[in-house]
Amino acid sequence: MFKGGFIQNLPKIYGIYTGGFIVFILLMAIAEQMGMTSKAIGICFVAFTVGIYALIGYLSRTVQVDAYYVAGRQVPTVFNGMATAADWMSGASFVAMAGGIYFKGYGYMALLVGWTGGYVLVSTLLAPYLRKFGCYTVPDFIGTRYGGNAARMCAVLVLFVASFTYVTAQINATGTIASVALDIPFNIAVYVGLVSILLCSMLGGMRAVTWTQVAQYIVLIIAYLIPVFWISNKLDAGLFPHLMLQDEVAKLASLESEYGLGQVKNTAAQMAEVKAVNKGLAGITKAHSAVNTTPWGFISLALCMMLGTASLPHILMRYFTTPSVRSARKSVAWSLFFIFLLYSSAPMLATLSKLALLDPAAGGIIGKSFAEVTSLDWYQNWNQAKLMYVSDFNGNGTLELNEFFMQGKAVVLATPEIAGLPYVISGLVAAGGMAAAMSTADGLILAIANALSHDFYYKIIDPKAETRQRLLVARALLVIIGFAGATIAALEIQSILGSVIWAFDFAMSGLFVPLVLGVWWKRATKEGAVAGMLLGLGSGAFYLYWVFFAKNAGILGITHLTFGIVGVVVSFIAMVVVSLITKQPDAATQKMVEDVRIPSGKAILGKQH
Amino acid sequence: MSNKEKHWMKTRNHMLVTLAIWFFFSIVIYLFGADLNNIKILGYPGAYYMCAQGSLLAFVILIFWFANRQEKIDDECGYGGKEED
Repeated sequence: MFKGGFIQNLPKIYGIYTGGFIVFILLMAIAEQMGMTSKAIGICFVAFTVGIYALIGYLSRTVQVDAYYVAGRQVPTVFNGMATAADWMSGASFVAMAGGIYFKGYGYMALLVGWTGGYVLVSTLLAPYLRKFGCYTVPDFIGTRYGGNAARMCAVLVLFVASFTYVTAQINATGTIASVALDIPFNIAVYVGLVSILLCSMLGGMRAVTWTQVAQYIVLIIAYLIPVFWISNKLDAGLFPHLMLQDEVAKLASLESEYGLGQVKNTAAQMAEVKAVNKGLAGITKAHSAVNTTPWGFISLALCMMLGTASLPHILMRYFTTPSVRSARKSVAWSLFFIFLLYSSAPMLATLSKLALLDPAAGGIIGKSFAEVTSLDWYQNWNQAKLMYVSDFNGNGTLELNEFFMQGKAVVLATPEIAGLPYVISGLVAAGGMAAAMSTADGLILAIANALSHDFYYKIIDPKAETRQRLLVARALLVIIGFAGATIAALEIQSILGSVIWAFDFAMSGLFVPLVLGVWWKRATKEGAVAGMLLGLGSGAFYLYWVFFAKNAGILGITHLTFGIVGVVVSFIAMVVVSLITKQPDAATQKMVEDVRIPSGKAILGKQH
Repeated sequence: MSNKEKHWMKTRNHMLVTLAIWFFFSIVIYLFGADLNNIKILGYPGAYYMCAQGSLLAFVILIFWFANRQEKIDDECGYGGKEED
């Protein structure tokens, strides 16, 4: 059945895996009919999928440096696309995005544009050139292109700040889902999530992460699309929701005006009552499809996410694993295609979910009596989980639009239940969310640990270290960083989505300019790069402190979510000015940049370095 | 002009064209979000459609086109061969 090596058989292997997963879903559906409890179904889904990932992680164990750092550079184009998509789509994309669109509408959808448009920058400006370079990590590129340990260390610093901010959010998301699905307290669930994450990456590094990420993509995309299509058909909204929800979007607009959206403002005391239940609860205050932000508000957020995408090391390093420059380029296209499948479905899910809430014909609850609403099974469940809340502010006994509150993540987690889908779908969604959060956390922890072990330990502290020693250090760092991330995640400082957006801003502040100019501007010097990274990161971080923690009004409409704009502008000016006043790079460096621009021929850095 | 310079010039121009299209779909149309929302695209309000689906789809197609055309440029200049590690 399996002729040839592992790589030749990938389509077959993942085909069987997908088939097996679908059979598992069907078995669970049958078990539910036979009376299996919803709690047991949830546990089965999470345990079964995490078990598979751990098995893949174990089978991919390796003692080779290039397999550990770049999966042996033999990941085929389309599979690398899937792995990147899983690496990319985090717990925030899976669990929080549809909810954000649901509550914040158009202004929030800037994130959709930003998180996809960034890939155009990755493919045109960076990925093929970094692949040609043949580096193991992003700081490896900075260190070799500009020369010297200072530039390398600055890159490690930016990478650490950005990726660590991001990873706490992902471990938080893993913990949230594990605590709901397994019914255990959050601060224990965080560590359960962490152990699952480490099982995937510890023994096999990038190779193991690659093959688990492909498996996780398959689970998460099935888990996202099945409910969207199912709900759409159940509500009679359209066979293919993406192309057929025009009437529903229009209907929401008319229902919003019928229910008097935004006309009744809740008082501070009323909102305090809601926030006392759970500070994440929000009401519907924004129109579904109307433009509700200024052009600059929209564009600045989209721009930050795009430049951040092109600077996040855990994404860039995925393109180090393809066999050639050509396949790196194509692989970016496939990544975005696989991401598009989920991102274009999120607004549709938000539309359907809101319809199920508002439209009387679809079983909507707005306008019904409180007695009726509070006796609904699903309301009681989600109210108990503190994700949903209603309160009769005006005392008329009927639920008004301004009296309904929900937390954003409930849109993805609760909609299947609200729309009356069997519980097996909710279990599937939990498994999908877990896959999304785990795959991103794995990529991030690996990016940080690899940068520290390769760029800091091997390149700076002990360049004579043997392979065994290097991989031991890499694995030890993986565990340490994981635990540090989980400990901070358990503190819950910032919301999942807020931390993710900050991570993008940090990355673009420090890394975007040095990366791009490293390829596109021969005159860029080491001193320029160091100035660009430090001043960019420093100014961005200062602006964040200034508007978010010190509560000052920002300038030019730049908020704590878009502080990367300050960072990237400072970084650009600093890097150009300092590069021009310092001595131009030596002939060898200029020759290196010229070689990077030629897509064929030898990689700059050898296979083993 | 040497082959290498020709290749880099073509590559750079191709990059600029690609980024111009990217700029249009990611920035320019959203300068006119409110106006765009008054016209219908595939039956949806225009700006809503573009950020929910339109721009995203444009980026997917754009990157595939970019990669294919860049491969042609590489072949023309004799850099089509697979690199060795």
